[in-house]
Amino acid sequence: MMEGLLAAEASWLNFGIFFLLAVVLLFVVLGFVTYAILAERKVMGFMQLRYGPNQVGGRFGLLQTVADVLKLLIKEDTIPKLADRPLFILAPVIAFTPAFMVLAVIPFTDKFYFADIGVGLLYYIAISGLTTIGIVTGGWASNNKYALMGGMRAAAQMISYEIPLVMSVIGIILLTGSLNLNDIVEAQKNGWFIIWQPIAFIVFLIAAVAELNRVPFDLPEAESELVAGFHVEYSGFRWAFFMLAEYVYMFAMASLITVIFLGGWLPLPFLGFIPGAVWFALKFTVVIFILIWFRVTFPRIRADQLMEFGWKVLLPVALANIFLTAILKELLNIF
Amino acid sequence: MIRTEEMLLNVGPQHPSTHGVFRLVLKIDGEIITEARPVIGYLHRGTEKLAEDLQYTQIIPYTDRMDYLAAMTNNYVLCHAVETMMDLEIPERAEYLRIITMELGRIASHLVWWGTYLLDLGATSPFLYAFREREMIINMLNEISGGRLTFNYMRVGGVKWDAPEGWIEKVREFIPYMREQLKGYDQLVTGNEIFMNRVKGVGTYTKEDALNYSLSGANLRCTGIKWDLRKEEPYSIYDRFDFDVCIRDGGDAWARYHVRLSEIGESLKILEQAVEQFPSEGAVLGKVPKVIKPPKGEAFVRIESPRGEIGCYIASEGKKEPYRLKFRRPSFYNLQILPKLLVGQNMANLIAILGAIDIVLGEVDG
Amino acid sequence: MDGEKDLEQLKKEAAAKAKAAALAKKKEKEQSTTEEVSAEEEPMDIAKQKAAAAAKAKAAALAKKKEKEQTTTEEVSAEEEPIDIAKQKAAAAAKAKAAALAKKKEKEQSTTEEVSAEEEPIDIAKQKAAAAARAKTAALAKQSADTGDVEKAKAIAAAKAKAAAAAKAKAAAQGKSAGGSDEKAKAIAVAKAKAAAAAKAKGKASGADSAAVSEEEKKPSPNQPVLDKYIKIIEEHLGKSILEDSYINELSKDVPTLVAKPEAYFRLAEFLKYNEQLSFDFLSELHGTDFETHMEIYTHLFSYKNRHSLALKVKVARENPEIDSLQPLWAGANWPECEAYDLLGIRFNGHPDLHRIMLGEDWIGYPLRKDYEPYDVEV
Repeated sequence: MMEGLLAAEASWLNFGIFFLLAVVLLFVVLGFVTYAILAERKVMGFMQLRYGPNQVGGRFGLLQTVADVLKLLIKEDTIPKLADRPLFILAPVIAFTPAFMVLAVIPFTDKFYFADIGVGLLYYIAISGLTTIGIVTGGWASNNKYALMGGMRAAAQMISYEIPLVMSVIGIILLTGSLNLNDIVEAQKNGWFIIWQPIAFIVFLIAAVAELNRVPFDLPEAESELVAGFHVEYSGFRWAFFMLAEYVYMFAMASLITVIFLGGWLPLPFLGFIPGAVWFALKFTVVIFILIWFRVTFPRIRADQLMEFGWKVLLPVALANIFLTAILKELLNIF
Repeated sequence: MIRTEEMLLNVGPQHPSTHGVFRLVLKIDGEIITEARPVIGYLHRGTEKLAEDLQYTQIIPYTDRMDYLAAMTNNYVLCHAVETMMDLEIPERAEYLRIITMELGRIASHLVWWGTYLLDLGATSPFLYAFREREMIINMLNEISGGRLTFNYMRVGGVKWDAPEGWIEKVREFIPYMREQLKGYDQLVTGNEIFMNRVKGVGTYTKEDALNYSLSGANLRCTGIKWDLRKEEPYSIYDRFDFDVCIRDGGDAWARYHVRLSEIGESLKILEQAVEQFPSEGAVLGKVPKVIKPPKGEAFVRIESPRGEIGCYIASEGKKEPYRLKFRRPSFYNLQILPKLLVGQNMANLIAILGAIDIVLGEVDG
Repeated sequence: MDGEKDLEQLKKEAAAKAKAAALAKKKEKEQSTTEEVSAEEEPMDIAKQKAAAAAKAKAAALAKKKEKEQTTTEEVSAEEEPIDIAKQKAAAAAKAKAAALAKKKEKEQSTTEEVSAEEEPIDIAKQKAAAAARAKTAALAKQSADTGDVEKAKAIAAAKAKAAAAAKAKAAAQGKSAGGSDEKAKAIAVAKAKAAAAAKAKGKASGADSAAVSEEEKKPSPNQPVLDKYIKIIEEHLGKSILEDSYINELSKDVPTLVAKPEAYFRLAEFLKYNEQLSFDFLSELHGTDFETHMEIYTHLFSYKNRHSLALKVKVARENPEIDSLQPLWAGANWPECEAYDLLGIRFNGHPDLHRIMLGEDWIGYPLRKDYEPYDVEV
């Protein structure tokens, strides 16, 4: 279906259909965010021997996030007097937009995807780096020493971990021979890349958690040990936007992990009768669960140790992985 | 011209962590702390002045509020001081009840320390696990004394209430359960690489520094000095129990962490023996006069509380109120080394160091 | 009960006022005879006398209340309690006696007679309290035996107390007059007589009690050799004029106690820390106390090497109290000295950063002093 739409010539109808589909995706993503927040709270609660939210919306607290978002919407919108007003208003937008834009290249099933560009993976990684600008802008525009410090630290962290992120997928690209995400999924018909590239998987997972600003790398956010993070001056809906950006980015990153390492919509060997969308959803859920599990278990890494870890440990390991993959590929080609 | 400036940062009285109302004025140069100056006194309630108008039994509830996480030992230090002055004999059952409640309080206090320390460092789950165990201890102490946090349980000459039916069995069941949980804590946190990186080598001081700054308790034992008042100057009936004094070398937060966790194990040992030796009947309050009047003179006694050495000085004129009552509060003395430890550290280590000293503001201010 | 309390309060205030005036007169008389007092110290003495008088008034009032309580609640004490109390009172009496003896020794040793003069009224007040206690002891001990004697002894004690109070009241009524001091002297004499009578009664009462008391006084403390060793070492190195007093504090687990002279305080502390045989490397506690005639710093030291404790005291003058700081020796003395400065007003010379840590710099007054009046803007 999408192939046909993509190949058709550009027309207002085409535009209208794509726009509609994008809006549908937006709503799906927002729905996901709503229930991801709830799932996080419930799963964290159960792991910590307590129930999560269980009052609003029945026994499982199904409407909890709705209530929370409603509360945030009706809060007073405060902008500090000395804040840089245009940047202050723009920062959440800059943070959110790239997170949503990268969803364009993710193949959800073999029939349903939005774009089929030859440089899908590169597009993803390039656009996701723009989120950092949003965070730094937010830190600067708040006119607050601590927000600035938090923003700077966040920027340093996210930029440092982009490099291992990219390096680790080069192994995948070597094996696939293409940057196109659809091709990558196709190439996993003989076995998911988690089996062929375990080191890359681990490096990518760690770097992804750092990109998402989640525990154990949540120093920019949970700096409430000392000072609040880069979004200290944001309240109400603007803060909700930052949170939304984080969870949409989590959606995007989990989808990417599913696509690159877990075979996307490919089924397990003998269970091909289950549709691809279900497979995608299942693998995606497992990744999200692991991310929440990390949050419950680990303490926070200190800022300087974080930098050290990214540059001195992850990067060399990722580079070593590239060499290893290249050598293996050559050996496999010879035989 | 580009120049750097030292920033004055106020880690204000409202603290994100649960230590209490404690203010720290920091001079930081970028990320490195150049000077730290603690400001205390936000919780000063004038206990010592109030005590000059109260009878000794009336002062006991005030002692609860000083170190509110280990209130039993506070109760005991005051009673012990008066009993030492008056040379009273305490009945056996009362002594055992005192030991059992004090050790339970010690475990509860260490659990709170463990949970909140990890909460400060970012791990949110150990806090809840620690409090699950603490809830069991608090329920037991609630049954015997009526309070969950402040007990008002000890009296000069014994304890106020006897253990209800089945209470000793509950304590007996708790001990192996807690041992299992301790193993779980080790698995979850102690071997965690991230945690180790955050506490190893952080906030180190030497033996000489520890003695010079009058540190006590786990802060002293983490430098390798083997000293526990329960063993060295035994009070109550601690000389009947067989337990070890946990020490570690290193003097950093990692050593303090281990010492405190091991102390929970040792307390469980003492509890086991105490529950076994518990006399099945007897009085819980010795023969004391209705109005307690220690003889004229002064006395200073010290015992081992979870935070260190707590002492009580009484100057009495033979009346029913003390002439002067002074508590030697361990957190007050332990906190003096903080400015020295913080110089040259970066901000993230501030919380790790402060948490490892284990202070309770009620005790610092008194 | 309220009416009684008001009456008591009135009596207390009257007694205090009278005592202040009377003591002032007495002080003047004694000063003229000793000729060692300088002019500017007079107001200080008077203030001290006032404080002493207040303390005495309290003691007297309490003694009276005790007598009253006794007569109304006699069935309170169980059979075994009186014996215990008797024992305790015996021990207390013994200790009071020992303290009195020590003070007498002190009086003989000290060169300034002011101390003795100031401490006399306190002594007497304390003796009165001890006497009242002894009287009660005697009374209770003889409860089973001679009830008649008990009643008589009690009656005598009550009568004497009333006489003393009456004498004071009379002094108050008369106001400032030279005769006031005579009344004071008479009251003191009466008190002394009462003490003697009570002691005699007690002596007659139970031979076992007195025997026990004397036994307790005779048996030396196990730490006495340790204390002797310390004193020997100190006197070898620092000379004999460094200690004001030294004794074993039996109430406090037999800890050796040294009382240093204020000028030699720092030197002694330094010696205690650095000498190899003593090596007190741990400062366990440091605090100040306001005894109304003087202030006192109590330091509890501990040696990890020798596993021994030591208590070090030093008496500081009450007006402008100043003493050397121990912070250069033990860094752990930093905050306790700040606390003593904050709550009592004792200045420590040589302290790196003396500030009011608990109360803040804009607090008026020093709360732990006995004459502290809260400065309250609203009231």
